[in-house]
Amino acid sequence: MIYSEKVMDHFNNPRNVGVISDADGSGEVGNPVCGDIMKITIKVNDDDTIADAKFQTLGCGAAIATSSMVTELVKGKKIQDAVRISKRDVADELDGLPAAKMHCSVLATDGLKVAVDDYLKKHGREPLSGVIKSADPNYNPHEDEDEEED
Amino acid sequence: MTKYLDYAATTPVDERVIEVMLPYFNQEFGNPNSLYKIGRDAFHALEAARETVATGIGAERPGEVIFTSGGTEADNESFFSVLRAKAPNGGHLIVSAYEHHAVLRVAEWLAKHGFELSIVKPRKDGHVYAEDVAKLLREDTKLVSVMHSNNEIGAVNDIAAIAEVVHGADALMHTDAVQSLGKVELNVARLGVDMASFSSHKIYGPKGVGALYLKRGIGFDALIKGGGQETRRRSGTQNVAGAIGFAKALELMLAERETEAPRLIALRDRALEGVTTRLENTLATIHEGERLPNIAPLLIKGVEGESMLLQLDNLGFSVSTGSACSSGSLEPSHVLLSVGVAQEIAHGSLRISVGRWTTQADIDEFVDVLVPIVERLRAMSPVYEKMFCS
Repeated sequence: MIYSEKVMDHFNNPRNVGVISDADGSGEVGNPVCGDIMKITIKVNDDDTIADAKFQTLGCGAAIATSSMVTELVKGKKIQDAVRISKRDVADELDGLPAAKMHCSVLATDGLKVAVDDYLKKHGREPLSGVIKSADPNYNPHEDEDEEED
Repeated sequence: MTKYLDYAATTPVDERVIEVMLPYFNQEFGNPNSLYKIGRDAFHALEAARETVATGIGAERPGEVIFTSGGTEADNESFFSVLRAKAPNGGHLIVSAYEHHAVLRVAEWLAKHGFELSIVKPRKDGHVYAEDVAKLLREDTKLVSVMHSNNEIGAVNDIAAIAEVVHGADALMHTDAVQSLGKVELNVARLGVDMASFSSHKIYGPKGVGALYLKRGIGFDALIKGGGQETRRRSGTQNVAGAIGFAKALELMLAERETEAPRLIALRDRALEGVTTRLENTLATIHEGERLPNIAPLLIKGVEGESMLLQLDNLGFSVSTGSACSSGSLEPSHVLLSVGVAQEIAHGSLRISVGRWTTQADIDEFVDVLVPIVERLRAMSPVYEKMFCS
């Protein structure tokens, strides 16, 4: 199990660590028993563009690096496009992830969906369909169907 | 080298060991099973190594030592070869919950192929107790395996007491003594075990060689069949240089143990104390009973082990963790769970293991770099304050 240089770069120098104090949306996923928890806060412009994103992550190298990468990827994107970023997209941007890490350590794409729905809810808008499941406290990322191997 | 703090994983080969091994690669290269002189010379060297190992582990006869490819093979043979002779029709087995996978996976396989398996749990203090084994013994129990010392938490078990109750039930007793060899008092005859597994690369010897202690008279149907080497118990031309290196490594361990053990204990305790006093929400995984002198097992709450390991590696420190992420599995270390460590805490385990070239300065430097790493990772966690600060 060896991480790519890009994973190590994002792990060693994570981008956008922290919490946006006046965030428009916030999402927290994972649980301590699995060992990975991720929180993302986003600032969204009136035209639904994500202006800023920050994260906090408790987890392994992959969990931290993918969190960092997601915050980079979503900035400047419309929320509708940002929620379409898949775990595979994040892994590809990082020049790949070890297979075992695809299941449990790519929390950030789920976290983002929760944050976007949180933003929509606050504005009285319909949540984006089918993405809120990861906000469920019983949500188990291991059951996720995204089981592509690298 | 100086920042290597994972001696329980493997060790560098001591120069004095390399020196005695070298002639056996290209000068004394004979096959110990050949009749002519260079063969006989290799044979005598191999048998001298066997005698050294036999004496070192307290075997009554050199013939009770079978050279193997390492600890894993010795563990496998203790089950497969011994059970084929002792229990061809199956029966009941007992192993402890925190055995090395070289024992656990074999026992689990046998449980699917004609044997019944019971698991004896260690207690929270990290030790396996004879009375807990006794409760699981049955009339048809054939074999019990409990490790002499645990590789992750360093607990040393009272194998003599366990062997006594096991023999009372007419079962055989095996112990995986890979981590204990040369580090704590160990004598297979006094322990009363029937089989024991040993490895060379944990004691500054070469990788790829180990030994199975097989008490005289124990039936054995060889797992590895072929040319009948090792008195038909382990075929394949012997790793002569490896066996000689192993024997020398053991000799050095035993000669230096009296001075080395207290030095290692001081380093171990300095690491434990340094970390637990300088970092809040940290503790030694176990701290009672007999423990290996060289393993400092730590739980760092609110941090994931792999991220700690990688950041330490960035600064040149090699350590181990029982975090799920480090192994590529979803579950944290079975050892930690077996002694009652909660899953969320087990993810933050750190194993420091010191050795022949570890100095006090190394430990101090390690603690100095660990503190800011843990603080940084905790600051990056969304739940640390919620979970651990009031």
